[in-house]
Amino acid sequence: MRVPVKIATLAALSLLLPLAACGGDDESSQDRTITVLAAASLTGTFTDLADRFERDHPGVTVKLAFDSSATLAQQAVDGAPADVLATADTATMDSAEPALDGDPEVFATNTMVLVTPADNPAGISGFDDLDRGDVTYVACVDTAPCGKVAAALFADNDLTTHPASLEVDVKAVLAKVTSDEADAGFVYATDAVAAGGDVETLEIPHAADEITPYPIATLAQSEDGALAQEFVDLVTGTTGQQVLADAGFGKP
Amino acid sequence: MTTHATGRTLGSTLGRPPLALVLPGALAAALLVVPLVTLVLDTPWGSFLDQLGTRAVRDALRLTALASAITVVVCVALGTPLAWLLARVDFPGRTLLRAAVAVPLVLPPVVAGVALVTALGRNGLVGSLLRDATGWTIPYTTTAVVIAHTFVSMPFYVLSVEGALRASGERYDVVAATLGADRWTTFRRVTLPLAMPGVIAGAILAWARSLGEFGATITFAGNYPGTTQTMPSLIYQALQSDPEVARTLSMILLVVSVATLAALRNRWLTTP
Repeated sequence: MRVPVKIATLAALSLLLPLAACGGDDESSQDRTITVLAAASLTGTFTDLADRFERDHPGVTVKLAFDSSATLAQQAVDGAPADVLATADTATMDSAEPALDGDPEVFATNTMVLVTPADNPAGISGFDDLDRGDVTYVACVDTAPCGKVAAALFADNDLTTHPASLEVDVKAVLAKVTSDEADAGFVYATDAVAAGGDVETLEIPHAADEITPYPIATLAQSEDGALAQEFVDLVTGTTGQQVLADAGFGKP
Repeated sequence: MTTHATGRTLGSTLGRPPLALVLPGALAAALLVVPLVTLVLDTPWGSFLDQLGTRAVRDALRLTALASAITVVVCVALGTPLAWLLARVDFPGRTLLRAAVAVPLVLPPVVAGVALVTALGRNGLVGSLLRDATGWTIPYTTTAVVIAHTFVSMPFYVLSVEGALRASGERYDVVAATLGADRWTTFRRVTLPLAMPGVIAGAILAWARSLGEFGATITFAGNYPGTTQTMPSLIYQALQSDPEVARTLSMILLVVSVATLAALRNRWLTTP
């Protein structure tokens, strides 16, 4: 009869242990950590910038979380322990307003392009080919920023066909194209650059009218506001702008 | 009534339930119940009917109901024979096959979707053959939704039925055989009726898994209103733009599934 009691005590202790560990960490640790929430399309550039930031600030760790802008904005509002938020459009940044510390700053822009698999199986030579009817193409769902732009471009170009699938984020669209599961996809110019030889890139008429601004802001829940601001300064400064330009982003 | 009375007498002879069982049990119950209650409380009920009436929700509900119903039919039609083979026939590699059947249980659904793409996608091993032979591709169709649902639901069904077949034992099969029944007749008239509780429990598990299936569907079948967008996909999508709508949609799915379970319970599942 004693054994179950012991097991129950152990179980109860194991529930408390993680809490204790958290408490100890904050007090004893000298290392500083900032967490950056960034839109999925920033994966490459922000990983690079975080490495540079860690090199320039010994003892500092930058944690990165990449997801759809809306998910990240929601997490920020829900009080996720994070210091910086960078989204792929202004609407999602606005939705995170209660969690922001100061005004967001636009640090880059992106335009939408059409990509096909490298061997272009459907023989797409221009945007009009999407209207042929036998082309399987995918775009983001219009609740995501990349989907809003795509929907606007459908309308601007009077497209009569519809996508085979509305993906939840732009990485999913690109994956469908690079794995040859779709003949074409609507992605950002930066995704096309990142995919390199895996895709062929075509311009979309009127894409210049639907430019996407990328805002960045520090968060109110940040426990190290100064360090968070330094990261933002890196992104908006010369180094950050060069890294972003190399990846295919436009100037703010 | 009688079971209740017996339970009480037994309980009093055995003494009070020990705290070491009551406390963790209560904690488990709280963990399961509290989030559901808060979801109910947090639902903007004012917009419940409005949401229920929208085209997107009706399409997604219809597709979810259709896909989960077909999934259960496919599970019963294909899964029952597989469960019987695993339980009754000694063939080389049986242990390995049983382990393989259970794998989708632990596979993250998104990985299940990726696995399906490698097999049945446009350039998948089987999918490309199919495409070359018929010109037909599976992804982005309602068929793909059903395949994804069946892939993740079948293990629940097969394991449940196999367990029931093993529990009922082979003795009745042997008796039927001595009475002159061939194996097919034995299966239909003896084995299957004995395993019926497992079949029903398995079908309900498979149906419930299919109802909530999201990862494999969106990865393999895609997401388009009317053809591949099920309720969970719609909820995930709504979560990106309007969490309130997402909560209402979750509540709609919850109400529909609980109502269906309750209806089934009255009809088939009255516990003795």
